[in-house]
Amino acid sequence: MGRYLLKRLPQGMVVIFGVTVFVFIVTRVVGDPVKFMLPLSATAEQRAAQRHVMGLDRPILAQFWSFLGDVIHLDFGTSTYVRGKAALSVVFDYLPRTLQLVAAGMVLAVVLSIPLGLLASRKPGGALDRALTSLSLVGLSMPQFFLGSVLVIAFTVKLQWFQTGVGPLHRHLVLPAVCLALPAVGRLAMLVRSSMIDELNSQYVKVLKAKGMPARRILAVHALRNAGIPYVTLLGWEIIRALAGFTVVVESVFAWPGIGFMAKQAIAQQDFYLIQAIVFVVAVMVVVLNILIDVSYKLLDPRVTLR
Amino acid sequence: MTDADAPLLQVKHLFVKFFTRRGTVHAVRDVSFDIARGETLGLVGESGSGKSVTAQALMGLIDLPGRITGGDVRWHGQSLLEGDGSLLRRVRGQEIAMVFQDPMTSLNPLFTVGTQIGEVLRRHRKMTRAAARTRVIELLDLVGLSNPGQRVDQYPHELSGGMRQRVLIAMALACEPQLLIADEPTTALDVTIQAQILELIADLQQRLGLAVLMITHDLGVVAGLCDRVAVMYSGKIVELATADDLFHRPAHPYSAGLLRSTPRLDVVIPRLVSIEGSPPDLVSPPVGCAFAERCHLATEECRESMPGLHFQDDGRKVACWRPFEAEGPAPVTAGEGGR
Ligand SMILES: Nc1ncnc2c1ncn2[C@@H]1O[C@H](COP(=O)(O)OP(=O)(O)OP(=O)(O)O)[C@@H](O)[C@H]1O
Ligand SMILES: [Mg+2]
Repeated sequence: MGRYLLKRLPQGMVVIFGVTVFVFIVTRVVGDPVKFMLPLSATAEQRAAQRHVMGLDRPILAQFWSFLGDVIHLDFGTSTYVRGKAALSVVFDYLPRTLQLVAAGMVLAVVLSIPLGLLASRKPGGALDRALTSLSLVGLSMPQFFLGSVLVIAFTVKLQWFQTGVGPLHRHLVLPAVCLALPAVGRLAMLVRSSMIDELNSQYVKVLKAKGMPARRILAVHALRNAGIPYVTLLGWEIIRALAGFTVVVESVFAWPGIGFMAKQAIAQQDFYLIQAIVFVVAVMVVVLNILIDVSYKLLDPRVTLR
Repeated sequence: MTDADAPLLQVKHLFVKFFTRRGTVHAVRDVSFDIARGETLGLVGESGSGKSVTAQALMGLIDLPGRITGGDVRWHGQSLLEGDGSLLRRVRGQEIAMVFQDPMTSLNPLFTVGTQIGEVLRRHRKMTRAAARTRVIELLDLVGLSNPGQRVDQYPHELSGGMRQRVLIAMALACEPQLLIADEPTTALDVTIQAQILELIADLQQRLGLAVLMITHDLGVVAGLCDRVAVMYSGKIVELATADDLFHRPAHPYSAGLLRSTPRLDVVIPRLVSIEGSPPDLVSPPVGCAFAERCHLATEECRESMPGLHFQDDGRKVACWRPFEAEGPAPVTAGEGGR
């Protein structure tokens, strides 16, 4: 375990570094924060002056070195969109909302996908299986912005059961969490279904039956634990996908003020500093999650050695 | 209300079918035999003849798309197939145990050997975790595993194929069953290990007095181990005789062919050399004798109507219109022929 971490931590740092550099390059190539910082009426000289103040007129390499120096001290500069605030602390202001949304979405995904997958696997090819499989396909192939819009129109505008934005959890968190969860439920339930079918047809299950083990124990202890291995891998990916991308769409559609929502604003406003800070934090979370996935693998499967 | 006079196990006119996309596979067709207390019955036949399906049907282990479509299996005179399955649930793993063909996939990779043997004891003997563990170590010792105290906490992937098969045998013996069904317990193992496992089964049988249904390709195994032998061909039993009769005076041409393709009975050979031709498709089995197409002695009668399994004068049962006579010259002598 210690040796594993000793190897994975530097690897993770390289990934985080690579992503950070990449975002630095992309933002410098495409954007100019000054454009949105000053009023439209600002003159070219005023803009140039502002650029000079921010050091954006220096050669790109010089900018890069000072950027690296700052990043090592976890200084991502001052946000231009949320004026005057350190970019990283803006991220930390909004991160809890995102974590709340992702946690709610993923708990929902787990709570729905396991029973649905188990139900479908009970009689492969049966009516229930076919219905659930089609439903899963619909769920996982629905673009999230579309799904989100439908949910907003149906439940917020028409029925007025829920509201967008923030507020009491039951009125505000439910819809975005559902929207984030549904495609994941589709994929996870399909996985539960197919791995349970495989496990229940496996030789060791036949041996368990021959031993006289009750069906309940075979299902809940033996087969489910084996099916848990691919499930944990996919769930890890779902969490990563949600954190690193889907929240942008979902948070925007539901005006949920998390880092996905902020990322969209930062891009629209070409706020380099905020973009870089968001990407950095997301990269760190992804690296940590990957390590957690590996560790949970080890906990579930004695054949796995972490190296 | 068990019948004390009834044989341990009676299989009566058993039929098993698989309803597949290709059609209905008639895997077991009217199979009947008995096993007495402490007896070893061999079940031999080519690949696909229905040995495993028969064995699994006895324990109610036929899964979809398969189904037992007829006949009965009686344990101490009571039907295992009728009723709500409570007898079957009680008997499985406790009174009848089974060892399968493939030790590599027969254990759950995520649990220790101790847990997997222990759960049988905990279920059927209501043992505590600690008591079960002590008993598991004894069992592992009984089946000849070295360091049982250490093995008990190992996972299947830490054991070799031969060791896993010993574990599976220990698991089968955990509740001291009256019948052990061994479905080709050695085919997946290499030759020296094969011999050890067979010796182990023979030894345990003597010590514990259990009956064994030994399923095998390998007539060498049968010769060394079995009291009686049932020869199976395309889902039917074609000959049922004492091991001695079968080896010296096979009555069915298929049995004779099987023997002819076994060069020396005292040597364990990995697989039978096949008889010319191949068995019929079980989706549409022939109306007459299934072996007729491959039989040198076949007549019109053989092709047109199916011979029943009938007693011969010497007490054996044969399903053949033209069986070799018990008195006549033995058509085959052991040792004749080659591979
Ligand atoms: N699940 C299944 N679906 C369809 N057909 C099956 C199934 N299981 C077995 N069969 C068919 O039943 C027949 C008997 O198979 P079985 O496994 O009993 O043969 P066997 O005598 O044990 O052969 P082997 O020596 O290779 O183990 C075969 O024709 C096989 O194709
Ligand atoms: Mg078989």
